[in-house]
Amino acid sequence: MSSTTTAAAHDDHHHGPEKGLLRWIKTTNHKDIGTLYLWFSFVMLLVGGALAMGIRAELLQPGLQLFEPQFFNQLTTMHGLIMVFGAIMPAFVGLANWLIPMMVGAPDMALPRMNNWSFWILPFAGAILISTFFMEGGAPAFGWTFYAPLSTTFAPDSTDFFIFAVHLLGFSSIMGSINIIATVLNMKAPEMRLMDMPLFVWTWLITSFLLIGAMPVLAGAVTMMLTDRNFGTAFFDATGGGDPVMFQHIFWFFGHPEVYIMILPAFGIISHIIPTFARKPLFGYSSMVYATASIAFLSYIVWAHHMFLTGMPVAGELYFMYATMLIAVPTGVKVFNWVATMWKGSMTFETPMLWALSFVFLFTIGGFSGLMLGIAPADIQYHDTYFVVAHFHYVLVTGALWGIIAAVFYWLPKWTGKMYNETLGKVHFWWSLISVNVLFFPQHFLGLAGMPRRIPDYALQFADFNYISSIGAFSFGLSFLLFTYIVVDCIRNGKPADARPWPSAKGLEWTLSSPAAYHSFGEPPTRAEILAESQHS
Amino acid sequence: MAEMERKKITKGFWIKLVSVPILMFFFAYAMVPIYEVLCDITGFNGKTGTVETEQLYEVNEERIVSVSFFASTSPGFPVQFAPKVNSMEVVPGKFYTTSYIAKNTTDEMIYGQAIPSVAPTDAALYFKKLECFCFVKQGFKPNEEVEMELRFVIEPEMEERIKDVSLSYNFYKLDS
Amino acid sequence: MKLLLTLAGAITALLSSKSVLAEYGLNMTQGITDISKDIYGLHMMVFWVCVAIGVVVFGAMFYSIIAHRKSKGAKAAHFHESTTVEFLWTGVPILILIAMAIPASKTLIDIEVLDKADMTVKVTGMQWKWQYDYPEEGISFVSNLSQSSRDVVDGTPEEREAVDNDDTYLLSVDKRLVVPVDTTIRFLITSSDVIHNWWVPAFAVKQDANPGFINDAWAKPSEIGTYRGQCAELCGKDHGFMPIVVDVVSKADYAEWVESMQAEKVAEAASATMVWTEDDLVAKGETIYNANCSGCHQKDGSGMPGVFPAMIGSSVTNGPAADHLNIVINGKGGMPAFKMLSDSELASVITYERRSFGNNGSVVQPSDVTSAR
Repeated sequence: MSSTTTAAAHDDHHHGPEKGLLRWIKTTNHKDIGTLYLWFSFVMLLVGGALAMGIRAELLQPGLQLFEPQFFNQLTTMHGLIMVFGAIMPAFVGLANWLIPMMVGAPDMALPRMNNWSFWILPFAGAILISTFFMEGGAPAFGWTFYAPLSTTFAPDSTDFFIFAVHLLGFSSIMGSINIIATVLNMKAPEMRLMDMPLFVWTWLITSFLLIGAMPVLAGAVTMMLTDRNFGTAFFDATGGGDPVMFQHIFWFFGHPEVYIMILPAFGIISHIIPTFARKPLFGYSSMVYATASIAFLSYIVWAHHMFLTGMPVAGELYFMYATMLIAVPTGVKVFNWVATMWKGSMTFETPMLWALSFVFLFTIGGFSGLMLGIAPADIQYHDTYFVVAHFHYVLVTGALWGIIAAVFYWLPKWTGKMYNETLGKVHFWWSLISVNVLFFPQHFLGLAGMPRRIPDYALQFADFNYISSIGAFSFGLSFLLFTYIVVDCIRNGKPADARPWPSAKGLEWTLSSPAAYHSFGEPPTRAEILAESQHS
Repeated sequence: MAEMERKKITKGFWIKLVSVPILMFFFAYAMVPIYEVLCDITGFNGKTGTVETEQLYEVNEERIVSVSFFASTSPGFPVQFAPKVNSMEVVPGKFYTTSYIAKNTTDEMIYGQAIPSVAPTDAALYFKKLECFCFVKQGFKPNEEVEMELRFVIEPEMEERIKDVSLSYNFYKLDS
Repeated sequence: MKLLLTLAGAITALLSSKSVLAEYGLNMTQGITDISKDIYGLHMMVFWVCVAIGVVVFGAMFYSIIAHRKSKGAKAAHFHESTTVEFLWTGVPILILIAMAIPASKTLIDIEVLDKADMTVKVTGMQWKWQYDYPEEGISFVSNLSQSSRDVVDGTPEEREAVDNDDTYLLSVDKRLVVPVDTTIRFLITSSDVIHNWWVPAFAVKQDANPGFINDAWAKPSEIGTYRGQCAELCGKDHGFMPIVVDVVSKADYAEWVESMQAEKVAEAASATMVWTEDDLVAKGETIYNANCSGCHQKDGSGMPGVFPAMIGSSVTNGPAADHLNIVINGKGGMPAFKMLSDSELASVITYERRSFGNNGSVVQPSDVTSAR
């Protein structure tokens, strides 16, 4: 049942999108806004990636060849901020915008105009953040975790702009999440029950609840920083009766849910791709929903595992260790369910499936190092070393980013109406897979051998693995040039795609044409259509 | 087929939804007093407590704890600050008095405030001060030397295996 | 797919070799204390549990990828749920986690407090050096990155090439912490500015150094030797350049060292009453300046505009000695206090600053420092 574009079915004043640049500025269409988010996040990925190339170039060999130590600290800080707030989060929001209305049979998001504002704040905020590089004193150089008092009393003037950018980014996320919750709960097809919804919608719904709970706490933390810096308060300054450790509690109360915010949508994506290419229904639909909800709940009560070495009483350390270890359970359930989905399926290995399968393998490796980090006494030797860096890059790059890339290949035909070049897709996949492991796997060893984080130069015993890691980094960086080519080539020259280019794919979006029409589901789908496309068999 | 009515989003829904981020923003600020209270209860971060009066505790004369005293000043605070004694053997449950000496090395009036910190964290909860010069603004006349008294007790409820406790004061400059 | 298999095999091989190859920089150190060995044991236990789980899960996954593929004619089954199986793979992991949590809890409790401390060392982190105080012995000194390493860090590109000749590059200091073997040492750790972290892997001691608060950590080193660590919390520009070097020596050697440090202190105090020649002050001052001050103010005194004032032509180095003394002794703003240096050390470095870099400030004698304190 394809969509309709009859004038009667929608209340716009015109048919189809506006012409020219103004279209993109004024659009309230979820598909356009999804596209804007995705392109924005891709540009930020390249910017953040360039900073990473700088970092790895300096770390290629011992000795300071390229940058002053303080500038290196700016590179690491901005790399983290841009990737987290500029690349990963907006990419997932872009996917949410494109896919959620189609997946629930809704014509658009609940608040289309707010949707537009949510996006357009981002380039503005990103520009403010990046402009700090050119301010006196340089860009923020206190790590993406900006602990006080390094980020308050001892920080450059640009910090206030950093705070402003964070407020804007947070505001955009909160508005986006409100939109998603309203859309999913209220605008899904009247005949669609909650347990009929596809996993991507479920994971984003849950993520949105995490966002509206956690982002405001970040806003509170940076506001306290702002007043400590400029208006004489002393939240984090022991002189005035404050406490720098309290900053860490407030930050990580946001920070831990934040990392789950960055992975849950990827879990949803994988839960779409594997069943499609295994030609078998997703195993354990209900468990997958409950596991996601458990992970989200648990993410709020484990924050101080980032703070084991701040001088915590034993009881606190024991509690946070146990709670952290517990998160392995629902996460493991999800991994087992994906493997059970593959099991006795009939698999083919198109590009999206390659990304999804390697996600399961590599994210789990990241999960293992996470479990090791959660063992509080062992953390004494892991904390603030490259072991932590390896862990979070495995879960964020071969986890979150892998999910995003998988999603792009999977849904590009739907968005553009064209197929990407499958051979190039496979080449790009293998190139990325090998590079990313050459880049990050040695960092486990560096951490165990004693190399701390956030240092621009290192002792000689760390030289070999740093060299290997940097080579992997350059290779991984280059692979994004191929990715760009594949996407642009698809848009311009791709062969026309079917409505359902993946025959076993399920989901209401595949009932629409490829490309999906500018407006879709003016009329909601019927119960029969919903059941036919449901993952919950 | 009949066109199903799409759900209408109620005002109540928006109010509930928008109130969550607003409440969570205030929760961030609420974390400040919550943190204070939790630190008082748990002694986390070396935060000590006070007792109002010199109460009687059950004392085991055999049990000895070594208390060491430290002093530091923050940059820009031109005061020589040191404990009168470096350490003291105490019996938990008994009150003891000691003091810190501070000397203003400049010719001007300066003001400062001392912050205490006790290690290990699990001892902080039981280290109670009756009289203390911490968290109180102190004024120092030019070149003045002041002896500041401290009266404290280590409550016997403290774990037996803790045999060394240290108390550190950090003296900071106040503008006025 | 063969490639994927080979990769999997290579990774598994690497993982399993990790345990053996600590000397090759592949694994955590076992360290020289009971606690460090316990931690190493925990680390290996959790690691092997993860490997075992990985073998099972990835084994199933790779088997499936090979056997259950359309190209091999596999027909898709239709099963999609099983409550039994969900319970099993929820319950069994919980049991495994409990089994890991028990030894982890025990080690955590053991770490917190050892026996009665035989001695105490106070460690103060500062941007970007460590200060060590032995309160009972009356010893106090600052430990900076060694001059040889600093020359490479701050030097010209040619000087930076010299790094290859230095085995302890970035892990050597001018004055080491010295402690006796088989002694229960309590470390009290704090900071005078931002959060640092004192880490010696061989002791498995790592604690945040929080400004305004003290943390404690314990170690009973059981082997004589030299052990190196680094600051483990981003603390600004030279976070990577403030290492820790500890010499664990015999109790007899330790007693000798204490004596020599105390004698040095007496000698310093005596020299503070003497009148020094400008040349002597400047010579000693240059060494102290390069170790303590050049990190921010640069070896050539040019500083960093807007951040670290220059020595050259400054109103402080050319102006009244009293102001210069006040800033160096007590600190100011981002500049830490250097009151832990001795009178003659301070007089030397201040005189060096006032008489070099083209400056024309007055000479400062150690006795001037004594009266300024």
